[in-house]
Amino acid sequence: MQVTMTVNGAEATGEIEARLLLVHFLRDHLSLTGTHWGCDTSNCGACAVWLDGEPVKSCTVLAAMAAGHEVRTVEGLERFGELDAVQRGFMECHGLQCGFCTPGMLMTARALLDRNPSPSEQEIREAISGQTCRCTGYATIVRSVQWAAAEEAGTRTSIVDDGAP
Amino acid sequence: MRRAPKAPDHRVPEAASAPDSRPTAFVDNDRKPVGHGRMLRKEDPRFVRGKGRFLDDIQLPGMLHLALLRAPIAHGRILSVDASAAEAHPKVKLVVTGAMLAERGLAWMPTMSGDVQAVLATDKVRFQGQEVAFVVAEDRYAARDALELIDVEYERLPAVVNVRTALDPSTPVIRDDLPGKSDNHCFDWETGDKAATEAAFARADVVVSQDMVYPRVHPAPLETCGAIADYDAVDGGLTLWSTTQAPHAHRTLYALVAGLPEHQIRVISPDIGGGFGNKVPIYPGYVCAIVASMLTGKPVKWTEDRSENLTSTAFARDYIMQGEIAATRDGTILAVRTSVLADHGAFNGVAAPAKYPGGFFGVFTGSYDLQAAYCTMTAVYTNKAPGGVAYSCSFRITEAVYLIERLVDCLAFQLTMDPVELRLANLLKPEQFPYTTKTGWVYDSGNYEVTLREAVRIADYDGLRREQKDKRARGELMGIGVSFFTEAVGAGPRKHMDIMGLGMADGAELRVYPTGKAVLRVSCQSQGQGHETTFAQIVAEEIGIPPADIKVVHGDTDQTPFGLGTYGSRSTSVSGAAAVLVSRKVRDKARLIASAMLEISVTDLVWDKGSFHVVGDPTSCVTIQEIAMHAYGTGDLPDGVEGGLEAQVHYDPENLTYPNGAYICVVDVDAQTAVFTVRRFVAVDDCGTRINPMIIEGQVHRGLTDGVGMALMEMIAFDDDGNCLSGSLMDYLLPSALEVPDWETGYTVTPSPHHPVGAKGVGESATVGSPPAVVNAVMDALKPYGIRHADMPLTPSRLWEAIRGNPQPPI
Repeated sequence: MQVTMTVNGAEATGEIEARLLLVHFLRDHLSLTGTHWGCDTSNCGACAVWLDGEPVKSCTVLAAMAAGHEVRTVEGLERFGELDAVQRGFMECHGLQCGFCTPGMLMTARALLDRNPSPSEQEIREAISGQTCRCTGYATIVRSVQWAAAEEAGTRTSIVDDGAP
Repeated sequence: MRRAPKAPDHRVPEAASAPDSRPTAFVDNDRKPVGHGRMLRKEDPRFVRGKGRFLDDIQLPGMLHLALLRAPIAHGRILSVDASAAEAHPKVKLVVTGAMLAERGLAWMPTMSGDVQAVLATDKVRFQGQEVAFVVAEDRYAARDALELIDVEYERLPAVVNVRTALDPSTPVIRDDLPGKSDNHCFDWETGDKAATEAAFARADVVVSQDMVYPRVHPAPLETCGAIADYDAVDGGLTLWSTTQAPHAHRTLYALVAGLPEHQIRVISPDIGGGFGNKVPIYPGYVCAIVASMLTGKPVKWTEDRSENLTSTAFARDYIMQGEIAATRDGTILAVRTSVLADHGAFNGVAAPAKYPGGFFGVFTGSYDLQAAYCTMTAVYTNKAPGGVAYSCSFRITEAVYLIERLVDCLAFQLTMDPVELRLANLLKPEQFPYTTKTGWVYDSGNYEVTLREAVRIADYDGLRREQKDKRARGELMGIGVSFFTEAVGAGPRKHMDIMGLGMADGAELRVYPTGKAVLRVSCQSQGQGHETTFAQIVAEEIGIPPADIKVVHGDTDQTPFGLGTYGSRSTSVSGAAAVLVSRKVRDKARLIASAMLEISVTDLVWDKGSFHVVGDPTSCVTIQEIAMHAYGTGDLPDGVEGGLEAQVHYDPENLTYPNGAYICVVDVDAQTAVFTVRRFVAVDDCGTRINPMIIEGQVHRGLTDGVGMALMEMIAFDDDGNCLSGSLMDYLLPSALEVPDWETGYTVTPSPHHPVGAKGVGESATVGSPPAVVNAVMDALKPYGIRHADMPLTPSRLWEAIRGNPQPPI
């Protein structure tokens, strides 16, 4: 079957099997390999993308279900050559190590800040609780999102103090 | 100046040798980190853009996809395999069974611990999930479809699941492939002094015995394992992209196993989505991908799904430990004794140095000054997945630290002593280092009391105890758990430690280009540890070139010198040392060239981190960049010095390094639901000289999360038929952001005396130190119930049973 959807603002069309998962359509057909696959069971969240502005786990969405809808992936976070605040926050606050969960975390973090520009630590933890990171222990991800929130609010004064000299 | 004939370029005049910078043990929290301290990571710009290049991201023209058919039962004889329907599938290019591999002599492969493992089963299947056949097809969906078309007939055999009865004479023999094998015995091992330990126990006022289980867990990196094999039949070259933590060791093993000439094998380990020990072994899927590429003439990709990763690749732990600790009435620990029953699964796939079948479990004497210690270990085969890798620890140290730290707490319970006081009374003293333990390990340095007191200070331990007293008076359950760990990381030395005959030592190569930019090539391989940053900082510190001007190349055997890879916290401690020494070699040569440029004796030159100047005249100087251009230019070089500014070393560590730390965990237990919450966690680590504090902190956070996960929820479980009950992330639970607190970290600095900058490695410290801290905290919370021990995982149901006075081992 043929599907057409909007991916990161551009129209994308593909001839696919009806059973093809969105994550594989993005990765194998569109070469958007920033969206990762980690578990098949919607537990790890490495495959999180936006479907019409809402984070979804693309390993449990059929590509056919996304036809006619708007998909946004990590490749679509950077605008006009400038990184999004959450991308910069993750770099500034060591919110990633191996980088495998990072695209999904970034998409969730961006969605959180869009609806709640100054989330509490607990709200950030709840927002990312559907996603697994095996490297960071989450604290630096929380700081990264806080950094981005402060950056966008214009209240960021200095780098988040992580206790390191 | 006349150009001299060629001579070795590594001669260094005595006076110009690097100053003896070997640090002595001291604690100095103001000591500056090496390099440029907290530096943002060089690898992050690609990862935050989704531009990392992980294995499954790689697409090659004409690439085919491989899927493995796995055994649905744990133990059974293969009666027949009919692949004809799969072969007839229109998108299928190749189906291979064990019998077909056997014809090529490839049905079995050696494991890293001297056993053999089936690539594809020929006679029997020995664990659920074992590889039985593979399909190669045009796409990954078709390959999976075709697996369903392969018809395998099994004669079901009784599964050996219970490790405690695996040696009973009536138990079926799993490894009847081994000539003369008549039981499920894998190996026996002992360490320490049995008689001296018995004598010490006889002298003791108090002996506490405690059985404890460290359940089978799985490293579960977020990226599963996979490989892409691309064999070129014309030139006979094989390029293998694979998720490996040890690309060079794998290359040599492929050469030895498959008979391919080693110079024709190129192993590339691209960006790796976490390893934690899971990506140390060679898995059947890698070998199958190679075979498939050779047979089809096309590149072939194999990637696991999550269930395959959890059910068939290397697990960790799975020790049943009977522990005993002997002490005087006033709390002086005299001796420790243990016997361990180790479940090694169907094949002994332990990744540990050859002389150490029990890994580095010998450090079970912990951080204490004992009179004697003794350990016996019996390992058995069961119908479970093979493995026995270290899950973020150096070869079984996590099990050892858990044993001793639980025993010390059990002793404190028995003596009604405070666990901090008991530890302070028994910790090794700084003046005892280097300290040879009763099992023969030479601890390099430590200042344990200072480290523990720092954790006590950060946690406000006394305040916590007061709070606990108040809460207990109100019937609330709060626990404070302490652990102190000593790790042994950074294997070799090579004369004592090898993997299948390959000595555990690491190469490094440094090239400084004419414009003063540098490329460091290292044998270790990052799985997220940030080597591209840390190693650039190490080189920057030594030769004064900014980290931004230093590229670190790793993970490609054609591009890097030989070395054993990244696991057991080896990278900074072994490859990091190699990076220091190769930088100093370059600097020594630069000094000779500088002397020619400045027309002055090398003894009159002063190194000023980036330039050499004449003693007493800082204006008369040349920078490392100017020296580099000169080295490749047309100007005169000193007699006997070749052009160019490059060097290579192969570093053989003279000893392991021994990172250590003190952890304090605070938990609240809900008595109504038996759910516990980790409210606070204080970790004070001493990993010697620190390089990038931001990266160190990140490594510590990761390991602490492991500890909470293992203590609370992680376990690979089996039913009585050997069916794996933990084959997905719905069943094998990993901590999310909601189960872990905001970590509180601190540090002390006691450099390693033998590492060239005193660094010890930190990647696994917290995984080693945190599980006993969490369990000790939960047991402390349950003290009002008189409970001394309950085994991990402390799930609400298991904790509920413990509270009701019926704690059961998980296996």
